[in-house]
Amino acid sequence: MRLDLYARPSRSRLREILAPVGAMIVAILIGGIVVALMGRSPLEAFDVYFIEPLSQSYSLQAIAVKATPLILIGVGLAFCYRANYWNIGAEGQFIAGGALGGWLGLLTHDGAYQGALGSWWILPAMMILGALGGLLYAMIPALLRVWLNVSEILTSLMLVYVAQLGLDWLVRGPWKDPTGHNLPVSVNFDPEATLPILFDGGSLHLGVLLAPIVAVIAAVVFAKTLFGYQVRLVGSAPKAARFGGFNDRAVAVAAFAISGGLAGLAGVVEVSGKIGQLLPSISPGYGFSAIIVAFLGRLSPIGIFIAGLVLALTFVGGEDAQIAMHLPGDLTLAFQGVLLICVLAADVLARYSLRLTLGAKG
Amino acid sequence: MGQTDTALAGEPASPLLAVRAITKRFGSFTANDGVTLGLAQGEVHALLGENGAGKSTLVKMLYGLLAPTEGEILWQGAPITLANPNAARALGIGMVFQHFSLFDNLTVAENIALVMPQTVRLQDVPGRIEEISRAYGMGLEPGRPVWSLSAGERQRIEIARCLLQDPKVLILDEPTSVLTPQEAEKLFETLDRLKEEGRALLYISHHLEEVKRLCDRATILRLGKVVGTCDPRVETARSLAALMVGTQIAEVRAAGAHALGKERLVVSDLDAPSPSLHGVALKHVSLAVKGGEVFGVAGVAGNGQSELFANLSGESLAPRPESILIDGAPVGGLGISERRARNAGFVPEERNGHAAAPDFTLSENIVLTGHGSNGLTQMGFINGAAAKAQSQKVITAFDVRKSGADPLARTLSGGNLQKFVVGREILREPALLVINQPTWGVDALAAATIRQALLDLCARGVAVLIISQDLDELFEISDRIAVIHTGQLSAALPARSVTREEIGLLMAGMSGGAHPSGDGHAP
Repeated sequence: MRLDLYARPSRSRLREILAPVGAMIVAILIGGIVVALMGRSPLEAFDVYFIEPLSQSYSLQAIAVKATPLILIGVGLAFCYRANYWNIGAEGQFIAGGALGGWLGLLTHDGAYQGALGSWWILPAMMILGALGGLLYAMIPALLRVWLNVSEILTSLMLVYVAQLGLDWLVRGPWKDPTGHNLPVSVNFDPEATLPILFDGGSLHLGVLLAPIVAVIAAVVFAKTLFGYQVRLVGSAPKAARFGGFNDRAVAVAAFAISGGLAGLAGVVEVSGKIGQLLPSISPGYGFSAIIVAFLGRLSPIGIFIAGLVLALTFVGGEDAQIAMHLPGDLTLAFQGVLLICVLAADVLARYSLRLTLGAKG
Repeated sequence: MGQTDTALAGEPASPLLAVRAITKRFGSFTANDGVTLGLAQGEVHALLGENGAGKSTLVKMLYGLLAPTEGEILWQGAPITLANPNAARALGIGMVFQHFSLFDNLTVAENIALVMPQTVRLQDVPGRIEEISRAYGMGLEPGRPVWSLSAGERQRIEIARCLLQDPKVLILDEPTSVLTPQEAEKLFETLDRLKEEGRALLYISHHLEEVKRLCDRATILRLGKVVGTCDPRVETARSLAALMVGTQIAEVRAAGAHALGKERLVVSDLDAPSPSLHGVALKHVSLAVKGGEVFGVAGVAGNGQSELFANLSGESLAPRPESILIDGAPVGGLGISERRARNAGFVPEERNGHAAAPDFTLSENIVLTGHGSNGLTQMGFINGAAAKAQSQKVITAFDVRKSGADPLARTLSGGNLQKFVVGREILREPALLVINQPTWGVDALAAATIRQALLDLCARGVAVLIISQDLDELFEISDRIAVIHTGQLSAALPARSVTREEIGLLMAGMSGGAHPSGDGHAP
């Protein structure tokens, strides 16, 4: 018995759009089996995970707030992945951006450095510093890759742990709130360093608007500009890219810069808009979940926007399930992993058909 | 149409291997349509046809790699089913593929032992190889690692591999495509001997002169159907080609007499280190191409052709800028975009993945080489409408057949994509065109179109440098021919007066003055 993959003679647009939807359905079925094996009702879990969060205003807002970093990071990752560079360290770039941007918030605490200028510049400067932090942090794997041909997969992943421990040290040491009862937290940001809430009593903050803006700009860059063309070309046909006269190293560095910059921006939006201070841990794994978002969205910015909302739903639903059904929080991460595998498998099946040959030899 | 006299050519009375009304469909596409063919003992049978005519499909069915949709395969008159290549080999059908499947880092004996039945002991293999090698004059050394062997020697390994199983039928797929004329002649001697032993040979080729030299009968396929059977020895190459293509091929006309202009491309003493482990270093390469001239570079594959192309195009930078001059200006240190800006055009060997991005549309592939000029980009934005218009011009001018308005490059057939990537450069009206293997794996009609376009270009005063393994092509359109061998380029010889034998010897690494060894295989 053997399994063979045959390339489909033509590509179907419909099949490629349906593939992630099918993957989602299969992943939900597998998730249901796992829940059933844990002795709970899969139907109830489905309701708690995927239906209830969509029926209440506060959870809809929570979805938007959680989708924002996923979309920002995912769109950035699309630049790397389209160019065939495998940045899987967005989590680290997110932390680096949150830390550097947040640092300005701590520095200007209680009116410091706000002489004649006033305080209007603090938030924009935090955003820029955040993007810069992620960008610079992404330059380490990028430059190692183009200069020394070091695998960016390993370096970018390992730098995640460096960033996590670095932030942990900062908030336990130099950035610790002196009046915080020795808790490992920074002071709370002043209102001048906090992204304003859009509606009174809600959780939607100004940073949420960044996600659609960035997704639309990225979609235009990919479809209409020579830079987007280069990114796609370097990933799809590197030899043709060199023949075209494009510098694949420059494209690699630029893709990492965009990816790191957007992850850093997501980081500072998270600390300034949602958390309001620096903590030892500022991410529930957005940088890794965004990899799933990028693939679920087929590496297209608009697809990533939708996929970001879907993944945010699983985060919010997962929190609800912890409370309502006492399901472990790790189940959410496990489900996201299953979803990624299903998406990748669906991609293969969209391009190849599977044939089972029974009893054949040779 | 050429003459086909089926009475004269006739089917053998009792064929060893035959196919009767065989049809193979892939979905809605019919690759073979009611093909009937018989192979007799001691016959060399040519299977002729353009790319896509269905030759490979037919042969794969005979070797058990594909199952026919309809019709039957007969072995000594009895219908058989070939489930896989093992079944074909067990009957006595061997096949030598066009692309070698050898492991470079293993020895000759190890490569052969890999395909032998498990009952054969490894230490017995070298002895048997030497036996075969002596019997057929193949000169194989069992202990040599494959990476140190020439293409001709590698092919002999493949043939020895088949012969060790003592086949009654041997199928050869385009066996001379990577050989020098001398190596090809050596192959023909081996094949003659196999024929004398009463084996049947099925010989696939589109080198018509070879088929005339070697084969007793020829079956011609076009669009999956047999369009004729003939005796190639009494046909002309032109009449065979006409049968293959179905329409008379316009003979490529020599571009009218035109004065040569000034030297547009000058390469002087170009040295370049090998770009990779198994690459070739260029040594002291010098050449000059005038406006209005076609300069041909001949050579066996892997002797520095791609390295020469990369240095000329700017994909690799020359160590000394002044070793390459375009219209008098040193460009050795400039990249490919800057050389294009100096009005040079380039067409690399590989269509898919080098000359064109397979997953990009045709109009996107226009941007690949046109982004620096032609108004295709404005302020970093691509002008999609301009790219589509440009693409349409190429498609119309070169009769590129495609499906859909702006399809992906990968969906075009080889010949049509080649016409597109050549046409793309020609419509930019370059002053210098460097082209590597312009008609490699392209059907006869497309090849004629491309060669004609190159000659027309040259008649407009453009300097054209062609790197090709196809000697017929080089003799047909070049003014001068130089030969590249292990990274060194010979002096350029006038194509009108040089003989194939002289070029062949240079391709084999023997410098001028040597005498031709025996008869060349083609006039």
